[in-house]
Amino acid sequence: MKLHEYQSKQIFAKYGIPIPKGRVAATASEAKAIAEELGGRVVIKSQVLVGGRGKAGGVKLAKDADEAEQLATQILAMEIKGLPVRKVLVDEAAAIETEIYFSITNDRAARKPVMIASAAGGVEIEEVAAKTPEKIVKVHVDPLLGLRDYQARDIAASIDLPRDYWKDFNKIAAGLWKVYTETDATLAEINPLVITKDKRLIALDGKMMIDDNALFRHADLAEMRDVDEEAAAETEARKYGLSYIKLDGNIGCMVNGAGLAMTSMDIVKLFGGEPANFLDIGGGAGSDKVAAAMKIILSDPNVKAVLFNIFGGITRCDEVARGILVAMDEVKPKVPMVVRLVGTNAEEGRKLLADAKMITAETLADAAKKAVAAAKGKAK
Amino acid sequence: MSILINKNTRLLVQGITGNEGLFHTTQMVNYGTNVVAGMTPGKGGEWVLDKIPVFDSVKLAVEATGANATVIFVPARGAPDAMYEAADAGIPLIVCITEGVAVQDMMRVRDYLDQKKVRLIGPNCPGLLTPGESKVGIIPGDIAIPGNIGVVSRSGTLTYEVLYALKLVGMGASTCVGIGGDPINGTNFVDVLEMFEHDPQTEKVVLIGEIGGTDEDKAAEFISSKMTKPVVSFIAGQTAPPGKRMGHAGAIIEGGAGSAADKVKALQAAGVKVAKHPEEIPSLLK
Repeated sequence: MKLHEYQSKQIFAKYGIPIPKGRVAATASEAKAIAEELGGRVVIKSQVLVGGRGKAGGVKLAKDADEAEQLATQILAMEIKGLPVRKVLVDEAAAIETEIYFSITNDRAARKPVMIASAAGGVEIEEVAAKTPEKIVKVHVDPLLGLRDYQARDIAASIDLPRDYWKDFNKIAAGLWKVYTETDATLAEINPLVITKDKRLIALDGKMMIDDNALFRHADLAEMRDVDEEAAAETEARKYGLSYIKLDGNIGCMVNGAGLAMTSMDIVKLFGGEPANFLDIGGGAGSDKVAAAMKIILSDPNVKAVLFNIFGGITRCDEVARGILVAMDEVKPKVPMVVRLVGTNAEEGRKLLADAKMITAETLADAAKKAVAAAKGKAK
Repeated sequence: MSILINKNTRLLVQGITGNEGLFHTTQMVNYGTNVVAGMTPGKGGEWVLDKIPVFDSVKLAVEATGANATVIFVPARGAPDAMYEAADAGIPLIVCITEGVAVQDMMRVRDYLDQKKVRLIGPNCPGLLTPGESKVGIIPGDIAIPGNIGVVSRSGTLTYEVLYALKLVGMGASTCVGIGGDPINGTNFVDVLEMFEHDPQTEKVVLIGEIGGTDEDKAAEFISSKMTKPVVSFIAGQTAPPGKRMGHAGAIIEGGAGSAADKVKALQAAGVKVAKHPEEIPSLLK
């Protein structure tokens, strides 16, 4: 789960990391009021869950409250990479001397948390990594031992941070480590961490991602999810414990198991079709879950055919068949459906569906071919 | 011969009295797996299927039954503790079926298990199957027959497809290892490839990978430098868009890295035949 900049920075502040004064606003007049309160120059920053806001014109500097209102009006009317801007963060403007990159994330290959820092902050770190990898410092942290002070000092030294700032940097590093562990973050990033002209270290921008699998112990963070930023069907799917991702094609796919779901999409493509979605009903899905999944697939108007590929293990094919029948009864779908049931209780499942006017298939390849043909209107 | 498990494996089931634990214990026992004990805190003294004693702790179960492997069917929030407990009780092989374990928990678990030299399969995996001898986990027993093909996979049901496709043409498996779809897991591809390379029963290997991470690339390196047995592969997620997590916590293309195309290229460069779809695998093994 991604957090907005303002949410991330509020969390940083809780753990003692200095952030600029400021608040989030949903309207231009709110933005004006915040700017008046802060006094002086402010930055108006669009809050959307995509990168490249600055380049898209979603971050602007205002010299006073009136200009803040005017710019907030503009930014709140924008769309950035397809996402409408619903909120802006109004922060006091900082006089920047130096920009640093600093983050903690999971290094999957090393199976450890890694601190990443660079003296070349303020730009996308992927860009720095591609062009000047020597400017990036990485220090792994033992997950059982936690961050040691010397590791933070090593980072400060290797990005040539002046010694006067080491003490403050250590506090920020310790704070960010706590943020990372106590929120189960998969990314806690400060970019840039700036040295201001009046010699302070401040986290000017922040980004966090939280491990969805850990949200059970973070009810407060789970509430921060911005459902406006995701497709409605994805929100609906999460409610039923389904894993759904909308894609651009026209063949809806319902599969049990993530690997098999991806494979089913791949085969659809291999035989000349385009998958409309990724959908994994998970293991052991009951008929209610299957019915919900089917409704979600059919809510996409692009869908011209649906492919069901179920390899029963924990999941029982007869349960899936019952769910399909329930959903068909409610939704009365007009698109052709291809179904392939193999494994646990497949025979019972097929019997249940015998009268349902569905196209049946034996193999995975056969099912995909039939779905592609059906989507092109060639089904019998 | 087989790897990791055989008919002599003495299996403990953690979470044996739960829905999933009970269902799959029954399946495992019916398959012939030597399930010697179960463990559910607070249910010590009960019996499952009239013959499997249940204990309050892993330590007690091991002392009483000599269990030398464990399979975990405990919900995600309790799974890390279950793994620590098994490791502390001296069990050398842990198979964790549980899906949805938090990644930072897994980093700590893996660190601890490595220090204790405990082998972990999973989490978020279907487990192990040595056809005709033993199954530890949830792979349906009737979809595979004994044979000489070692199968290793990051996926669950996709693995079933492959085993089934092999069975349909009369090809069997020595052992099937589902290593799981999480970003941080125990045993990885290279570990299993090494075991298959040294297993006299295994003559050929099928490796089923997916998008995300670098495990397949490391496997490719290992295959080209150390393996003498032929390897056939399939990589799921050719059509997956970057930045979207495809169900498995580990199946995500991050910052352009971990795409299916790159993995296929790396494997092909290592001399691996890569199937366009799973049902093509049997013909590539011939």
